[in-house]
Amino acid sequence: MKTLSRIYTWIIFILLYAPIIILILFSFNDAGTLNKFTGISFKWYVELFRDQAALNALRNSLVLAVSSSLLATVIGTLAAFGINKMRSKFLRGVIRSLTNIPMMNPDIVTGVSMMLLFVAAMAVPFSPLKKLGFTTMLISHTTFNIPYVILSVLPRFKQMDIHLTEAALDLGCPPGRTFMKVELPLVLPGVISGLMLGFTLSLDDFVISHFVSSPDFQTLPLYVYNQTAHEVKYSMYALCALMVFVILVLLLLVNFAGKKGEETKPKKSSAKKRRQQMRELLSGKENAQ
Amino acid sequence: MENKKNIIELKNITVRFGDNDTVLDNINLSIGDGEFVTLLGASGCGKTTTLRLIAGFLEPTEGEVFFDSKNMSGVPPYKREVNTIFQRYALFPHLNVFENIAFGLRVKKVKEKEIVEKVQSMLELVNLKGFEKRQVGNLSGGQQQRVAIARALINDPKVLLLDEPLAALDLKLRKDMQNELKALHDRTGITFIFVTHDQEEALSMSDTIVVMADGKIQQIGTPTDIYNEPVNAFVADFIGESNILDGIMVADYKAKFAGHTFECLDKGFEPNEPVDIVVRPEDVDIVPVEKGMLKGTVTSVTFKGVHYEIIVDIQGFKWMIQTTDYCAPDSVIGLFIEPDAIHVMKKSIYSGLIGDYSSYSEEFDELSIVDEDEKEETIEEAKEV
Amino acid sequence: MKKRSFLDTFAAIPHIVWVILFIIAPLVFVVFFAFTDTYGNFTFDNISMLSSYAHIFVLSICFALIATVICLLIGYPLAFFISQCKPSTQKVIIVLLMLPMWISLLIRTYSLMALLDNGGLLNSLFEVIGIGRVKMIGTSGAVILGMVYDFLPYMVLPIYTSISKLDPKLLEAASDLGCSNFKTITKVVLPLSAPGVVSGITMVFVPSISTFYISQKLGGGSFDLIGDTIERQFQNVSTYNVGAAISLVMMILILISVAIMNKFSDDGGEIIV
Repeated sequence: MKTLSRIYTWIIFILLYAPIIILILFSFNDAGTLNKFTGISFKWYVELFRDQAALNALRNSLVLAVSSSLLATVIGTLAAFGINKMRSKFLRGVIRSLTNIPMMNPDIVTGVSMMLLFVAAMAVPFSPLKKLGFTTMLISHTTFNIPYVILSVLPRFKQMDIHLTEAALDLGCPPGRTFMKVELPLVLPGVISGLMLGFTLSLDDFVISHFVSSPDFQTLPLYVYNQTAHEVKYSMYALCALMVFVILVLLLLVNFAGKKGEETKPKKSSAKKRRQQMRELLSGKENAQ
Repeated sequence: MENKKNIIELKNITVRFGDNDTVLDNINLSIGDGEFVTLLGASGCGKTTTLRLIAGFLEPTEGEVFFDSKNMSGVPPYKREVNTIFQRYALFPHLNVFENIAFGLRVKKVKEKEIVEKVQSMLELVNLKGFEKRQVGNLSGGQQQRVAIARALINDPKVLLLDEPLAALDLKLRKDMQNELKALHDRTGITFIFVTHDQEEALSMSDTIVVMADGKIQQIGTPTDIYNEPVNAFVADFIGESNILDGIMVADYKAKFAGHTFECLDKGFEPNEPVDIVVRPEDVDIVPVEKGMLKGTVTSVTFKGVHYEIIVDIQGFKWMIQTTDYCAPDSVIGLFIEPDAIHVMKKSIYSGLIGDYSSYSEEFDELSIVDEDEKEETIEEAKEV
Repeated sequence: MKKRSFLDTFAAIPHIVWVILFIIAPLVFVVFFAFTDTYGNFTFDNISMLSSYAHIFVLSICFALIATVICLLIGYPLAFFISQCKPSTQKVIIVLLMLPMWISLLIRTYSLMALLDNGGLLNSLFEVIGIGRVKMIGTSGAVILGMVYDFLPYMVLPIYTSISKLDPKLLEAASDLGCSNFKTITKVVLPLSAPGVVSGITMVFVPSISTFYISQKLGGGSFDLIGDTIERQFQNVSTYNVGAAISLVMMILILISVAIMNKFSDDGGEIIV
């Protein structure tokens, strides 16, 4: 029984990883075909870095990921602070469930609904919004990032000893400075992992971007999608392999930020914490499609 | 103490959470400059709420708080010249000992050199020299307590508020810290307002004790006044051990209870007015049956080290008596009570509810204190939400 | 009353404004577009037109259901096996299980496509063994395989979480009371892990039914699922209203099925397992 279950687990994992590993391997394939591996070569990577459109998409992706995750982190952290201080349980519940809509809804619905909003906004005379592009992408990405920031920051505010805030006020520190000097440093691990999460999600997103973008502002996933719609450029495999690599590095960083915060709360057993983290990640990614 | 001005005055303070949950009910209290005042009461009596009013974390529903004769309504906590020692110290976990103590000065943008000097002298004051760079999480309970005190005192507050600061320490440390706090009070001359549910702590440390129950002040007085002249059955029961009996004031200096008329020192009651009688356990003398004013059967004897604690059944009422003489259980003994051992009180809502030792059990008593303490926290938190 | 500072009161305001503008308003527009024509006049035409898309809905639901069932059949034993490993091993396996979830679904689908392609590695392998080339891209099997491959971790993780939360004493108690290993699993583990199963099913079913990328790339354009249909409507301004109507119906469909699933897990999950 034991061996059987072990073999079963191995098989599943091999099947799960095989396509990705093969993709990465073949991105180095000299022949430029998917059926025969003829030798290691970096020429597809070289070609990729000569591809101006790909580099543009990379730049756009980074600009968008940085700005949307920063914006979401500011709004989300303030929101978590405010939600935590709210007196009315009802109001708190309403805000939290509304916030979670983009997490629960299929991405395609979120994308479509945002697109309709922008289309309607553009139809208004003298509207500041003229066309789909960076602005609309920024708004959309910030919108789906905020719930994840709140998700990772709110528990930190909840766990924080309320007397710490009172102690700071008591020592003559006005609320604004108390937030900067005491509350923010204490929730910082949550803020950082929220920021990283947002950055990763933004970099990853394809479905929502697909609906709110225009050809003159392309991100990497959009670029990959558009390239594969026609004749597949072999350098796309190199691009995909690179993106996998970047995401892995980011994930390690997020984990690291989360681990650092763990030390300040010795109360929770690591197993419990791990499970909670997993649940968070889980609910975090449940709508990647 | 009497000729000093009042630094804090609470006038007609009422605090309600929601519509009908009254936590403080028309409180009036004046605290003199430099006094050591203790707010004493069981959990949920409103003592912590009173402290939070003075600190500025709460606004009263009705009434006003005066500080140095200035009305404090609307003044936020960070603009009040009071500092608080929190129950679990509330040290900032992301700052080391030095930065915790320097916090108030940094907020005021004091010069670095002055900060270093002041923090050093504070560390000296609380016996923590050389601990500057330590992380607060690695300190013992007593050390954290000292950091909390230094962090508050460095701001030169006019009033120091202490919210059950010793509750989290073990017995031995608690005694030491009691002495240290008392010494600190003498040295600094700052007004201390101390909240506790521990009557012994209150008796040994305070200039003035304010006994609270059910959101009302029951009695304000010096420790001796409160112990010797409790105003009602609640105070008598809460401060020290006491036998509280139903009695009748037959005439001035004559009280009738337990089927016997006693000489006493109290007067000024209506003839035959029903009253509560307090007799402290240590004030009862055991004599041979024939010489006793009362006689009863010993139901239990507990050795307490300095004395024996015996429970005596007299006509169905269980008395507690502390004596150095051993009496065998089930023996019949006589009791003798001096006139000055009898204290007569007016009837109150607490009459008849407390005072009999028939269901007495020590362990139970202590357990319930700890339990209620936690409860108070959660109740208050819940109310504030 | 407890005092509140300016910051306490207003910190959440930017977020609340954001929610109203960019979460609620867009959904209102979906409803608005679903009930108007291209000129903005109120109409039921878009909704009544949906009957012509009925076969697409049926096909999508079938595909999503099959993928969900396969994920459950593969994922449940896997989750159970993982929960029986040493804690340190469990940690590693869970991280390995979560990693693919973070790699863009686009890329994972793409990698699967490269593998299954007519000129792909699998087919050249088949040729070597002598089976000969098999056309895989464009079959319903490939689309379902894509869904299973993409969403399997979403099934395993919640089930694993609920199994690992079970008190090991419960299992001991069950065997103590005379349950065989098999009986312990069916009588104790299965019912108690029902909440995990429910959320696993939701987490696979919802993205499966709304996908358009998988069916486009692996279906080779021969299958039209709800996602594809919606996506196509939004390529052309004149069909936005129909697209909004389809989106609205899909959203309601998903809401109802999620509600039903949660109801089941509330009344004791035996019904599901």
